[in-house]
Amino acid sequence: MQQIHNLFTGTKDYIASADLQNSVNIAAALGRPLLIKGEPGTGKTMLARSIAEGLKKQLFIWNIKSTTKAKDGLYIYDTVQRLYDSQFGDHDVSDIRHYIKLGKLGEAFISSEQVVVLIDEIDKADIEFPNDLLWELDIMSFDIPETGETITARHRPIVVITSNAEKELPDAFLRRCIFHYISFPDEDMMAEIVRVHHPDLEKKLLEEALKAFYWVRSINGLQKKPSTSELLDWVQALVVGGISPEKICNELPFLGVLIKKDRDFYAVLQRLNSQGMQRKTSTPGLLR
Amino acid sequence: MFINFFYLLRSYGVPVSITEWMSLMEALSHGMAFSSLYGFYCLARAVLVKSETHYDRYDLAFHHCFKGIETPDELTERALKWLENALPALRISPEERKLFQEWDLDELRRQLEERLREQKEQHHGGGKWIGTGGTSPFGHSGYHPAGVRLGGESVNKSAVKVAAERKFRGFRADETIGVRQFEVALRKLRQLSSKVEGPKDELDIDETIQSTADKGGMLQLVWSRARKNTVKLALIMDSGGSMVPHTRICSQLFSAVNRATHFKDLKFFYFHNCIYEHIFLDPVCHLRNSLKTEDFLRVLGPEYKIVFVGDASMAPSELTMVGGAIDWNMSNNEPGIVWLHRIAAHFNHIVWLNPIPAEYWRWTEGAYTIALIKNIIPMFELTLEGMDSAIKKLKAKK
Repeated sequence: MQQIHNLFTGTKDYIASADLQNSVNIAAALGRPLLIKGEPGTGKTMLARSIAEGLKKQLFIWNIKSTTKAKDGLYIYDTVQRLYDSQFGDHDVSDIRHYIKLGKLGEAFISSEQVVVLIDEIDKADIEFPNDLLWELDIMSFDIPETGETITARHRPIVVITSNAEKELPDAFLRRCIFHYISFPDEDMMAEIVRVHHPDLEKKLLEEALKAFYWVRSINGLQKKPSTSELLDWVQALVVGGISPEKICNELPFLGVLIKKDRDFYAVLQRLNSQGMQRKTSTPGLLR
Repeated sequence: MFINFFYLLRSYGVPVSITEWMSLMEALSHGMAFSSLYGFYCLARAVLVKSETHYDRYDLAFHHCFKGIETPDELTERALKWLENALPALRISPEERKLFQEWDLDELRRQLEERLREQKEQHHGGGKWIGTGGTSPFGHSGYHPAGVRLGGESVNKSAVKVAAERKFRGFRADETIGVRQFEVALRKLRQLSSKVEGPKDELDIDETIQSTADKGGMLQLVWSRARKNTVKLALIMDSGGSMVPHTRICSQLFSAVNRATHFKDLKFFYFHNCIYEHIFLDPVCHLRNSLKTEDFLRVLGPEYKIVFVGDASMAPSELTMVGGAIDWNMSNNEPGIVWLHRIAAHFNHIVWLNPIPAEYWRWTEGAYTIALIKNIIPMFELTLEGMDSAIKKLKAKK
């Protein structure tokens, strides 16, 4: 078991809640992958960057697409290139190693020091994808049958996996992970997050923007609720546009930055014009 | 150690496995709980619970198991942190530790109850009432070293009370569901096989070897198509009066299905309480815009997966009698139940989603017809869990 000398406590531009810090440290100490779920825009992907920065480790990002196969992360054997090269005879095709390229996970394994690996949006890939990675993530080692080599991690990387819950992950995979659900930040936490990104923000403007933001989120039946990243963009727009704080709640300027769907856009405007900004008593974000 | 907590979690429906339990033990032996109940709460949740839909059950089980055990350790821990923050070099002495342990928790709780009874309004600052920022032992953001935190953010949260807050209630899988969650559930409904459409982007090794050999060794790459989802789905929804209370959930399901792009074909049909000679193409259920049910069976091959959505609640006569249709202008020469049998026999995969929770099926007004229909078509409740089982049923061979 590796000793974790320094604990993750967030970084100056990433505010991590105490729960989240705990989960990161648990995952790092146990050497298990950390599976992160949460609403879009709660900073799942940013977490890995922050861990890497906070613990001063290199970060390898493996972006998952619908066509990604588990093996791609370990290594790729470029058969087609080899076949072409053999055709023209201007490369040495006898050495198969020229055509083996390590994937992100493979690179992380051979790195000379402990690194952070981000497997981003694992649920984009095929349903079987996580199962195909089970063994490799468990023992942090894999074989390359083409060359007969075995690549074993010199230092167990800290693996962060994000998921948008588009597909269910297999139980066997889940059993080996440490799981954390990032819940949507409450107003105080959000104020802190915004301040990190816009340190010179006027207090009044921030208050009004947050009030408007949580009001919009509390509207029932939105197809896509605005998230943290949209709020940050919106605050930026408000600052650049020189909007006075009084206007924010009455007019919702630059609403297009917050709301991305036509139907939602009109729903919000309609609600604003008919009822004004009366906050409901329920906690936004947690109750549906 | 804590083995009863393990079984308690399982009895609350959190699927904890031995592997995970052993991980927890390993973590505990590394001191990852930081000797506090809240640390243990976070640790156990991270290691044992693998879905936010189970967070609420976890909270309940935790509360059940650790209710009343508010360890003095945690208070010491809290005081330790407090002291650490003030003077980093200071070591706490046993005497000091004792000082904090002397805060009697039962006494504190009794006082809290008393004060809850007395206090009628918000109160911030000051030293007695429950509120924020004061020196009263109750509330949050205050400075009473052994206080009882009530809501609010704190690094040194009291675990049992956090559990009692049940802030993940909204994520329970058996709560009725939103559009996105429907979509996620629907994505599971897929079946890969055909190779007829889509870009050719997979190297077909066998064909490549064959055609390269045919060309006398000149490399000839052959690409083939990736596999595609072949599921065809037909959603048949009840638009009768008894469905009005369920409109919201049905429209959510409707928009989720409508938005799902991964089906090969998707059709919507409607009926009023039960299906007879005609099946309707819009929710108005008027003959003008309808299809003969015979034709419906002819047009839709048995490979279509059928999802009925309805409360299956009607007068028994509507289901079992000739001429029992609720609409006067709809004379039916065969009872609805015959049509249901016919439809169930035609399709290979068919389920019924009922917005009425399963626990009421035996007691609701429509219990009689629900029981009858349930025998013909497998019925599931319209919740995320019910939907999951329904989709499993749809994927399985009959």
